[in-house]
Amino acid sequence: MKYVALVYYQESIINAMTEQEWHDLNQECIAGVERLAQQGNFITGQPLQPVETATTVRVREDEVLVSDGPFAETKEQLAGFYLLEARDLNEALQLASRIPPARFGSIEVRPARELPPKD
Amino acid sequence: MTTDDQWIEQIYQQHSRRVLATLIRLLGDFTLAEEAMQEAFTSAVRQWRQEGFPDNPSAWLIRAGHRRGIDHIRRSQTAQHYSHLIDQPEETGTSAIGQTFDDDQLRLLFTCCHPALPLDARVALTLREMCGLTTEQVASGLLQKPATLAQRIVRAKRKIRDAGIPYEVPEAKELPERLPGVLRVIYLVFNEGYSRSDGEQIFDVHLSAEAIRLAEVLARLLPEGEVFGLLALMQLQNSRQNARQDNEGNLITLEDQDRSLWDQASIDSGFRWLEAALARTPTGPYTLQASIAAVHAEAPKASETNWARIVRLYNALYQQQPSPVIALNRAVAIAMRDTPADGLQLLEELMSHKAFAGYHLFHAARADLQRRAGNLEEARQSYERALGLVSQGPERRFLERRLTELEKFS
Repeated sequence: MKYVALVYYQESIINAMTEQEWHDLNQECIAGVERLAQQGNFITGQPLQPVETATTVRVREDEVLVSDGPFAETKEQLAGFYLLEARDLNEALQLASRIPPARFGSIEVRPARELPPKD
Repeated sequence: MTTDDQWIEQIYQQHSRRVLATLIRLLGDFTLAEEAMQEAFTSAVRQWRQEGFPDNPSAWLIRAGHRRGIDHIRRSQTAQHYSHLIDQPEETGTSAIGQTFDDDQLRLLFTCCHPALPLDARVALTLREMCGLTTEQVASGLLQKPATLAQRIVRAKRKIRDAGIPYEVPEAKELPERLPGVLRVIYLVFNEGYSRSDGEQIFDVHLSAEAIRLAEVLARLLPEGEVFGLLALMQLQNSRQNARQDNEGNLITLEDQDRSLWDQASIDSGFRWLEAALARTPTGPYTLQASIAAVHAEAPKASETNWARIVRLYNALYQQQPSPVIALNRAVAIAMRDTPADGLQLLEELMSHKAFAGYHLFHAARADLQRRAGNLEEARQSYERALGLVSQGPERRFLERRLTELEKFS
């Protein structure tokens, strides 16, 4: 099954890190992705720029509405995502628990949904 | 009822849970497995009446249910989704069937208690799928509306299917993480039954007995120290069932209980499980709580309780689980070992904890120690504070009784 692991954390925690800590965290994530890829669990993934760079788009009555910021103001911000291949939820949760920001943020694990066949 | 019907009824009582657990594994879907099992029983009634009873009724029912389930899958639109299940070989052998039943029961329990499901759904699913209670019985047992509960069960089953919650016992390395969650659900079921005031249920459902039965199944399949510890704890607590209330349903505290009403068979069984639990290290929190219950069970009179030992056990328990409620119980045990003033001093330190602001038992415990210390006015205020927070009928009446007694003295 395909699962998306959404990585959330408080950006203030990252902002308070030293250069060295930030460097180490990134290296740890790189090593984690390598391991996932070797095991055949990694489909794709991407870290994101901070939430202040976010822009939200809506279309209402054919009008495109663009606004600054994320869709919802939350305590933790979306920081990146992984698309994982896992046998079942247990394996997906086990993989997610090893994503480094799980230690200070949280990882939301959701099964991917397949669109119905094209008409 | 004819003898045949009685026999079939008996088969149903004996085997439906196990047949269901295996069908869920074979068919990979709770709802489908339930329907398939009902149909298998229906055809069993018809066929066994004509052809006589098969040698192994459960194996027969599983085969019939499996076939019915696969027919359903073939007919449904989602055949593609389940194609891997249709190609499976049929469950035919009967040699290893006992082992398979056990494995399937354990799988089902771990699935029902999966931490990805909301806690109340875990309790409801366990009662329904593991204990074989109907939705109406579970709703009555948990004092919920059947429609609400049915909705909750439907949602949980949908999540099991769509989120890919596996039907399996976790691997050995994951077990220490997952077992406490299963034990917690069983203990919740027990407490739902144990702390319930009588006369509110429509169906005669004994949740405490169901919890003990579940733990017995688990103890057989997964001989871990904490499984034995939980079983010991429930047996020892359950032994006091007949002494906890008077004829009017008024609460009787441990101190005032008529100990001759304690169920000796239940105590003996509790001690046996406790011994088995203590033989396995490390000693976990359920085993420690069972050890505390055992100290009470051993005391012929309340005044002969070995409070020094209870304090030591609470110290060990608090080290493992530094929760405010354990700190409260430890403070009360210290008060009983030393003086009420010593306990009250500890409670003053706990007072600021936000968990206690709305917790009536904290204020009831404080009131009790103030009463024992002779601070009657302070005790009266604490009882009133507890009364403002209590919701359960018998507990409310108990606090009111204490308050009236105090007012007679002052």
